[in-house]
Amino acid sequence: MTATFSPMEDPETAPFFEAAQRGELRIQACTNCGRLRFPPRPMCPWCHSLDSEWQRQSGRGRIWSFAVPHPPLLPTFAEEAPYVVAVIELDEDPLIRLVGNVVREVDGSIGAVPSSELTIGAGVTAVFGKSIEGFPVPQWVMSED
Amino acid sequence: MGGVRLGFTTAIVGIGQSEFSKHLEPTEEELAVRAILAALEDAGIEASEVDALSSFTMEATEEVAVAKNLGLGDITFFSKIGYGGGGGCGTIGHLSLAIAGGVSHVGVAWRSRKRGSGVRPWAAGPGGLRIPGSEQVTAATWARPFGLLRPVDEIAVLTRRYMHETGATREHLAEVAMSIRANANRNPAAMMHDRSMSLDDYMNARWISEPLCLFDNCLETDGALAVVVTSTERAKDCRRAPVFVDSFAQAIPQQHHHMVNFWAEDPIGAPARACAAALWRQSELRPEDIDVVQIYDAFTPLVLISLENYGFCGRGEAPGFVEGGAIRYGGKLPVNTSGGGLSEAYVHGMNLITEGVKQMRGESTSQVVDATACLVTSGEGVPTSALILRSEEC
Repeated sequence: MTATFSPMEDPETAPFFEAAQRGELRIQACTNCGRLRFPPRPMCPWCHSLDSEWQRQSGRGRIWSFAVPHPPLLPTFAEEAPYVVAVIELDEDPLIRLVGNVVREVDGSIGAVPSSELTIGAGVTAVFGKSIEGFPVPQWVMSED
Repeated sequence: MGGVRLGFTTAIVGIGQSEFSKHLEPTEEELAVRAILAALEDAGIEASEVDALSSFTMEATEEVAVAKNLGLGDITFFSKIGYGGGGGCGTIGHLSLAIAGGVSHVGVAWRSRKRGSGVRPWAAGPGGLRIPGSEQVTAATWARPFGLLRPVDEIAVLTRRYMHETGATREHLAEVAMSIRANANRNPAAMMHDRSMSLDDYMNARWISEPLCLFDNCLETDGALAVVVTSTERAKDCRRAPVFVDSFAQAIPQQHHHMVNFWAEDPIGAPARACAAALWRQSELRPEDIDVVQIYDAFTPLVLISLENYGFCGRGEAPGFVEGGAIRYGGKLPVNTSGGGLSEAYVHGMNLITEGVKQMRGESTSQVVDATACLVTSGEGVPTSALILRSEEC
């Protein structure tokens, strides 16, 4: 796998991953009109402000959808396959959707939770660990209720 | 003010193609220029008369290479369209606009690709796909690190959501795969000409990315195709009867994000809905006037989604629409009559355009009787394009 890339080196994306390292889920928000936007970018498409901040979110969301990839895959992912990749919509703004893995516990195998345990709309909560490539990311555990 | 309509200013007068195979010996460059030469011979137009070129940003054979090999004239218009398979119909549209605007006279669109024997683009790894400043950063940062690696994984997420919203089942996806396979079985040029597909074959196929199995995926093909476009005036002196470009549209809908599109407000509706709105504004035809369609079928669910987005049925109604055999050859709206990307060849949809031309010429191996209007679409889920082709001048 190409090891040279880290989104923490890109000033546009780094705040998300730096927050994850501190155990926080933060999303870019316009400081002028207040709307959240994702993925991050310099300009607010609604008010054209170039000022933004990274707003802390509750870390609660729902499964919008998910796929279960099978090989052929890159070797590090093939070892875990089949695994679930989910798209999570955040409780604060369901139009903010994050791709992520559903795990049993922090840094658990991405293949540990079988797809039969997942349904669209099910609640999930962010925990914070490391991606397969080793940078800090939110991971998702099924909510209790 | 209705604005200027493209309608019937230009026509497709020549098409050419290579063999389609998992592995072809010639280089992409050689395949490209052979297909273009075949298209020019089909049209009866000399290479020296060509003065416009259009292709995909992903096309490796550049304009200068095409012009030098074929001995083209001075090229006065050239364009390349991004976003992979979304560009196909756009190439014909760009050439048509250049010709309608008087900038050029004879245009060639082409795509040559050894995707069958070459490298799988995603195999470069999550970091390897990161091209600074490009939209690829989005996928490389926000999707691939979590194992959403291949186009099929991205479409699998959309498909599960689509099934959740509409009640579509794997049987509906199978109906798409089997209808299109049956067309390939009638087309000797199709890679899957000799292989039939039953519902059992489909249901027992291995998973690629649940809920999508092997037969929900397009083929991996080495091949090249080319199309010659000129003015309707010049078309009168060509060897073949012209196929008229009725209308053309492209679309990048609001807040769209390339193929990994979970961040748009309506990931399933966009972007073909925006393209369809622009297309139907251009054309005097309505969906019910279309006799046959060639829908971009990199994956089976895209056919269902496109049927809705282009207005052949309502939102969420495609599963019911296909249940009665409507998209089969002989049905109300035959789809992908050559076998499409799923069963003829996957060359970024250029074979859908040439099949649309064959239908309008009355030469398809699954010819729809008395067909006079054909919709052709390009990639669903990416910034896209579409064309309406007609056999008769209105």
